[in-house]
Amino acid sequence: MQEIYNLIPFVLISAGILVSLIFEMYAKNSKRIIAWFSVFIFLAAGFHSLVNVDNAQLFFNSMLQVGGNINIFIFLFNFAAALVVLMAMDYSSKYGNNFGEFYILLQSSVLGMMLMAGAKDLFVIFLGLEIMSVSFYALAGLNRMRLKANEASLKYFLLGSFATGFIVYGIALIFGSTNTTSIPQIVDKFGELTHNLLFMAGILMFLIGFSFKMAAFPFHMWVPDVYEGSATTVAGFFSTAGKTAAFSAVIITLGSVFMHGNANIFEPYLVVLAVTSMLYGSIVAIAQNNIKRMLAYSSIAHAGYLMIGLASGNYEGIAGIIFYLAAYTFMNLGAFGVVALIEGKDETNLTFESYTGLSKKQPFLAAMLAICMFSLAGIPPFAGFFGKYYIFIAAIKSDLTWLAIVGVISSVISIYFYLRVVVIMYFNETEIDLTVQKSNYGLLAVVISVILVIIIGIAPGSLIDLISSFLK
Amino acid sequence: MIELIYLTVLLPLLGFIINGVFGSKIKNEKVIGIIGSSTIGLSFIITVLAFFETLSLPTENREHIIELFTWLKVGGLDIHIAYQVDQLSLVMALVVTGVGFIIHVYSMGYMHGDKSYWRYFAYLNLFIFAMMNLILADNFVLLFLGWEGVGLCSYLLIGFWYEKKFEKSTTSEAGKKAFIVNRIGDFGFLLGIFLIYLTFGSLNFGEVFARAGAPGIPESTFNYIALFLFIGAVGKSAQLPLYTWLPDAMAGPTPVSALIHAATMVTAGVYMVARCSIIFVSAPAILTVVAVIGAATALFAATIALVQNDIKKVLAYSTISQLGYMFLALGVGAFSAGIFHLMTHAFFKALLFLGAGSIIHAMHGEQNIQNYGGLKKYLPTTFATFLIASLAISGIPLLSGFFSKDEILWFSFANGNVLYWGIGAFTALLTAFYMFRLVYLTFMGKERIAKDKHPHESPKVMTIPLIILGVLSAIGGFIGIPALFSGESGNKFEHWLEPIFKNAGNKLAIYQTHSHSTEIILMIISVVLAITGIMVARNIYLKNPSFADKMKNRFNGVYKILWNKYFVDEFYDRLIVRPIYRFSESVLWKITDAKIIDGVVDGTASLVNSISEKIRKFENGVAQFYALIMTVGVAIALFWIIFSL
Repeated sequence: MQEIYNLIPFVLISAGILVSLIFEMYAKNSKRIIAWFSVFIFLAAGFHSLVNVDNAQLFFNSMLQVGGNINIFIFLFNFAAALVVLMAMDYSSKYGNNFGEFYILLQSSVLGMMLMAGAKDLFVIFLGLEIMSVSFYALAGLNRMRLKANEASLKYFLLGSFATGFIVYGIALIFGSTNTTSIPQIVDKFGELTHNLLFMAGILMFLIGFSFKMAAFPFHMWVPDVYEGSATTVAGFFSTAGKTAAFSAVIITLGSVFMHGNANIFEPYLVVLAVTSMLYGSIVAIAQNNIKRMLAYSSIAHAGYLMIGLASGNYEGIAGIIFYLAAYTFMNLGAFGVVALIEGKDETNLTFESYTGLSKKQPFLAAMLAICMFSLAGIPPFAGFFGKYYIFIAAIKSDLTWLAIVGVISSVISIYFYLRVVVIMYFNETEIDLTVQKSNYGLLAVVISVILVIIIGIAPGSLIDLISSFLK
Repeated sequence: MIELIYLTVLLPLLGFIINGVFGSKIKNEKVIGIIGSSTIGLSFIITVLAFFETLSLPTENREHIIELFTWLKVGGLDIHIAYQVDQLSLVMALVVTGVGFIIHVYSMGYMHGDKSYWRYFAYLNLFIFAMMNLILADNFVLLFLGWEGVGLCSYLLIGFWYEKKFEKSTTSEAGKKAFIVNRIGDFGFLLGIFLIYLTFGSLNFGEVFARAGAPGIPESTFNYIALFLFIGAVGKSAQLPLYTWLPDAMAGPTPVSALIHAATMVTAGVYMVARCSIIFVSAPAILTVVAVIGAATALFAATIALVQNDIKKVLAYSTISQLGYMFLALGVGAFSAGIFHLMTHAFFKALLFLGAGSIIHAMHGEQNIQNYGGLKKYLPTTFATFLIASLAISGIPLLSGFFSKDEILWFSFANGNVLYWGIGAFTALLTAFYMFRLVYLTFMGKERIAKDKHPHESPKVMTIPLIILGVLSAIGGFIGIPALFSGESGNKFEHWLEPIFKNAGNKLAIYQTHSHSTEIILMIISVVLAITGIMVARNIYLKNPSFADKMKNRFNGVYKILWNKYFVDEFYDRLIVRPIYRFSESVLWKITDAKIIDGVVDGTASLVNSISEKIRKFENGVAQFYALIMTVGVAIALFWIIFSL
């Protein structure tokens, strides 16, 4: 019984996909039902994983772990997906692309993410990655009547497959040098293989493939185009859950390597990626005029901060990354949620000019967006500040103080474009009229995200306590 | 109810949020006032229930920690949002919520018709929120949060009427002065907290005080910690030499002066020293400093109060003087006597300020006592309650101030020396004199009221708070009747607080036994001094008004010094403010800021901007180019791994 109980999130989502598929065939006109059904299974799976921390268990010839430390990720995926569904309900019908596939693809991508997080075998990681990625490619092009969406989908697909190629090649090299694809066995052999070129090149390739999913420099090129082209809610999902999934896979593999007392051999690689991503993302974001592109570059910069945690390669770094991912998920979803609400038909109202004087026209939305911007910029007392704080502390503890300093400099640069939004909303006046379609569910998702951003900011210690209980 | 103590913190916060966010939309003053007052009223009820629940428990079970959530957790630092409910924090919470509630109600009448009515109540609720955090905190970080919070509210409320003129400048200047002078103290306090963390490895009260009680830590360390903490207390509680902000703080609305600058916030320093009693007794040298500063401040401020003509200024200097008494008590190790005086002082000083507010209200803003006179018949309730408070502060037997002040005087003699007692007793004489100078000039004698003023008694919403505080000022002392009179049962208040100060008391161990006859003799002397002060004031200001002028001319030099408050403000201005100002203007502003910092910042900004404009072209939308960049990245990474192995 316990086994089945532990497996509930996976079973729930898989069964959910099948049920939704059948439902979508026979009930063409009740998209709301699929939407609420998705919200329900996402929340059920999310909360199940939250209460089921202590029962780590291995399944399928020790290829998949369920319960235990991966549950924090499973919770994040499902909760983010539930928020995205809430945001998308009115958004999709507003733009006439309220297809049932949207929810099904969302569910299957979450299933892929869960497999990635729970994998104890490289093949399962690959399987999860592909389920997620293929769903993502389709999600990016969901708005199929739009040229830009098609372009985004195609670009994402081409570059994504290119990156997946590296991962497969890396797995092949790792298998060639270790004769196994089981992650615990690879971790055990890691110490003796650190001078084996094939093995190290394999791990590096593997890492490069995931750097693409994390949106780290120089594998970030797809990010702005894809975010801009795909629907705002989908872009919000890519930037939060997608990034979290990529980090979860790397933490599962590399994290256990670090935790076993091995030297952090990949530190130079991670450091270079961290520095370039942070600086590139922050600097280029300044020149953007489209808020979705700005958020895309911000996502690149945040990948850089998260990389600092990997580069530190210690317990604090891992805990810091998870904290940061949780904070980032909610603040970024909040920001994308507001953008989705403001966005007009046919991709209008996406430039900064549309946000001029928003505090007068939509005071509540302006306040919500301002809180998300403050949090993204890392200003206390919001969640983003403590995320950066824990990551920088981890860097200092592993003698990477200079990296923390670069991180702070990059944060200072990023304040410019985050606060620009706030300045435009609050201090600029405009005559242009802005009509915002009401969406109670979208608003609800934004409010939940912002409340979580504030709660995490006020009680960061409680979240760290929770993360420690997952990591022990 | 002990478990619900966090509500006493959250309710004022709720009131702040409601009035702060929606207040400007609520047009009805009554609604705002009732929201503001009822949150504090509910907090008070919860505190009272928690108090009685604690009272019903056996002595050893009276300390509780109510934990809400983990706040900060970094390395060895583990800070919780947790509230400590024990004998000391309950006394403080009762005073803060009780007096706070009365003053909130009074404010509904006093602030009637103000254009920023909602802002006033929002700030006042925020203040109670911060103050409750300060007194209920179970660790130094949360205490400091409250400490800074009350400072912020004090600043906001002093400058509440920000465009109003005050003395030579505006009320917002007075607010800034309070904030900046407090920063000096806060800086010391912060250093003290850092040093505590360095020494004890924790900032939690329970752990710190347990480790401070254990042997092994050198006295010099304790000296530094206690000194830094005391600097913080000096700033917040307006002691020498950082007292100058408090008289200026009178620029705020009068109920604010009553709540923040008399009854609660300024006593935070006294509370903090009492809370850290174990640290202070481990640093005997600093304990002496506390006593000396306290005694000196008591006397110093009382002499200034003798000649001031602004009713609120007199009360402000009186507050500084009474706070000096409290520090004198702490300095001689009589912690519970200090807290006892803190409580009774909260009653009668809040009453005096609210009475002054009622007078100012009646006199349409006139604050100069030389322009009052004979107000007794116009303001009967205000007069009666003001008189009770004046008698209490003067130390007339059976009123609250008598018991608490006399206990301080007795301990300053028993644990300290004759000099402390002498200064204390002489200050008591001065106190009685300046208070009754105020009473006679305001309420009695010839009317010197300007023709256009028509004094009238304040509405009930203001007089009922006065009456309640009047009753408390009269009978509030009975909970602390000294063992001398109450016999076997001893001093109830001291007994209640005993567990808190037990460790400190044991460590100090200087309680010498003096006979009861000594205590009675000293008590009689202090009563005689108080009555003498009142009589002298009566003879000069009621019977023989020209005598005051004669004295003024005869001792012109002394008068000038006192009138100008020993020229301390001018001295600080010349010695500290102006040099810093000049340096800031010529070097920091014109060179460092305008040239160096602005130059670097602007330069970097335009550099980053131009870089940004250049690299954004990198993103050209061609997928093949993107793949090329990726390939280059992969190639570099592979070269690195090949050559590094």
